[in-house]
Amino acid sequence: MSILVNQETRVLVQGITGHDGAFHARAMKAYGTKVVAGVTPGKGGEKLDDIPVFHTVAAAVRETGADCSVVYVPTAFAADAILEAAHSGIRLVVAITEGIPTLQMINVLQVLGRLGTRLVGPNCPGLISPGKCKVGIMPGDIHLMGRVGVVSRSGTLTYEMVHQLTQAGIGQSTCIGIGGDPIPGTSFIDCLSLFEADPETRAVLLIGEIGGTAEEEAARFVSAKMTKPVVAFIAGLTAPPGKRMGHAGAIISGGSGTAAEKIKALGEAGIPVARVPSEIGPLMKKAAGF
Amino acid sequence: MNIHEYQAKEIFRGAGIPVPEGDVAATPEEARAIATRLGAPVVVKAQVHAGGRGKAGGIKIAATADEAREHAARILGMEIKGLPVRRVLVTPAAEIAHEYYLGIVVDRAAGKPLVMVSREGGIDIEEVARTNPGAIVKEHFDPLPGLHPFQATGLAYAIEPDPKAARPIAEILRKLAACFVRIDASLAEINPLVRTPDGRLLALDAKVNLDDNALFLHAGLEDLRDRSAESPNEEAARAMGLSYIKLDGSIGCVVNGAGLAMATMDLVKHFGGSPANFLDIGGSSNAEKVVTAIRIITEDPSVRVILFNIFGGITRCDDVASGIVRALEATKVDLPIVVRLTGTNEERGREILKGAAGVLSLPSMEEAVQKAVALAGDSGRMAS
Repeated sequence: MSILVNQETRVLVQGITGHDGAFHARAMKAYGTKVVAGVTPGKGGEKLDDIPVFHTVAAAVRETGADCSVVYVPTAFAADAILEAAHSGIRLVVAITEGIPTLQMINVLQVLGRLGTRLVGPNCPGLISPGKCKVGIMPGDIHLMGRVGVVSRSGTLTYEMVHQLTQAGIGQSTCIGIGGDPIPGTSFIDCLSLFEADPETRAVLLIGEIGGTAEEEAARFVSAKMTKPVVAFIAGLTAPPGKRMGHAGAIISGGSGTAAEKIKALGEAGIPVARVPSEIGPLMKKAAGF
Repeated sequence: MNIHEYQAKEIFRGAGIPVPEGDVAATPEEARAIATRLGAPVVVKAQVHAGGRGKAGGIKIAATADEAREHAARILGMEIKGLPVRRVLVTPAAEIAHEYYLGIVVDRAAGKPLVMVSREGGIDIEEVARTNPGAIVKEHFDPLPGLHPFQATGLAYAIEPDPKAARPIAEILRKLAACFVRIDASLAEINPLVRTPDGRLLALDAKVNLDDNALFLHAGLEDLRDRSAESPNEEAARAMGLSYIKLDGSIGCVVNGAGLAMATMDLVKHFGGSPANFLDIGGSSNAEKVVTAIRIITEDPSVRVILFNIFGGITRCDDVASGIVRALEATKVDLPIVVRLTGTNEERGREILKGAAGVLSLPSMEEAVQKAVALAGDSGRMAS
């Protein structure tokens, strides 16, 4: 088991003929993901290797039975691409694209809520169920199939942490990057509750960073609702206030959203927080009893 | 992106919100001319991206145009929280019967814009939110269709029982909300909104932050950026698609990805060093970005060692290595460089770096950071 994606997932790539879309469509396929279709308006009828390309998501879904879409469409068209997928019956959309305006995302998420479509991202590396399915841009070979769920607001920091787990011999059930934007489509709490319900996930690694209060909310959720152990890491102890640290959502504003507050909230919820990345392996082994 | 009060007031005026007259001056003489035209008394206000301008002496009332010039001369020379004041806003002094607070932010937890109002204006809203949250009335709204009239009315009567004042406050709230959505703001604040003794309402101060990600939707808003408020290096980095923030330590950090960049800075601190900067070279980094990153970092005189931490995914380690070699060929870099490369094409990357003098390659993030901290300390001792 795993959450959200597995060996049955039929993936559609929006923006498949673009530089990033083509590169990652091939990489996902090479990993073993069922990449069944691509969409680029104006390129319908073409193929990327043996993957058929359609003008619209609706046509791609009709012809191939795609049930998950990954969006590599440029920023200016990304919100519309997400809406197109949702309106075409896709119930899991993964948006890699960075830089979508916040108010556009608020409007998109309202529509997705009505249609019952989950969005992972935007501005995220995607998600992977090791050995089964990779939907996104992460390097597949650092992952190991196993029983720890990983959820993170970051990209490369997630790779670092997964690398630490794998080197310690700890495999992963599913790793999800929820993205670095202020308003992500899928929250920490959404992922924690999916991991809690997944029989194969034994423990969860949560990777947070400065900005907002998502980690504090996650900490409250863990104490109130979770039976599985959670271990955490928070980036940004040295980040100055008022400066956007790369991610649109990584900013300490009005004195709130600091790493110290988050670490305190997680600690109070009984969640061990690694001070350095190499502590993750030992902490996880101890917490999960591996 | 932050914009100045005078720019925010211009936007509010365009949205139909009552704003006092006024103009911006870059010299004391200009300030005097504006004061003469408006008629004294006037207020001279520092235009700088920092809170607490009043306490810092950056806001002064002038009884005459000459006094306005004197205040401007002093304020234009000062620094507020490290930021030089390059412009002042000269605006008529208003008589105040009452001050309210009106503000809109994006509420990240709720995923919606949030209107906040308070009967008492001129306040530090974050302070009041902590100490007396009951004094703030809040209401979420959807960008489509916007703040409903009934919501604006409810908010207005929550802070002002007199219909004569509440009706125009509701009107201003609707205009503020529409403006917030139209320009893709992340914050829009009128603090204070004043009622004058003759019953008029005026936005005496204005603050707007814009969503950087939405600037491409709005021709002209990018022009409001005050480039004097950021270092030339920050500007050069942005032009190259790098995200750079200067800090005051001695270890220059070059990392791919914002989260890993923050974690690298934290680790530097953990091992007793201090980061000189945040620098994210982004996802699909090419050699050119690496060359720019090294140039920006070596221009910071307090940097004693350069630390690369690269976890290749889309970023290819051999691209980063080529960039380092090219930067070293193009300019003489006297600083030691510690490099950690893991992920896509790491072998090829390490191979490329083998011949580079002064470059030390280490396999893990923690080893690389510890080495950089040690080198920064050593070269510090040599210098002293």
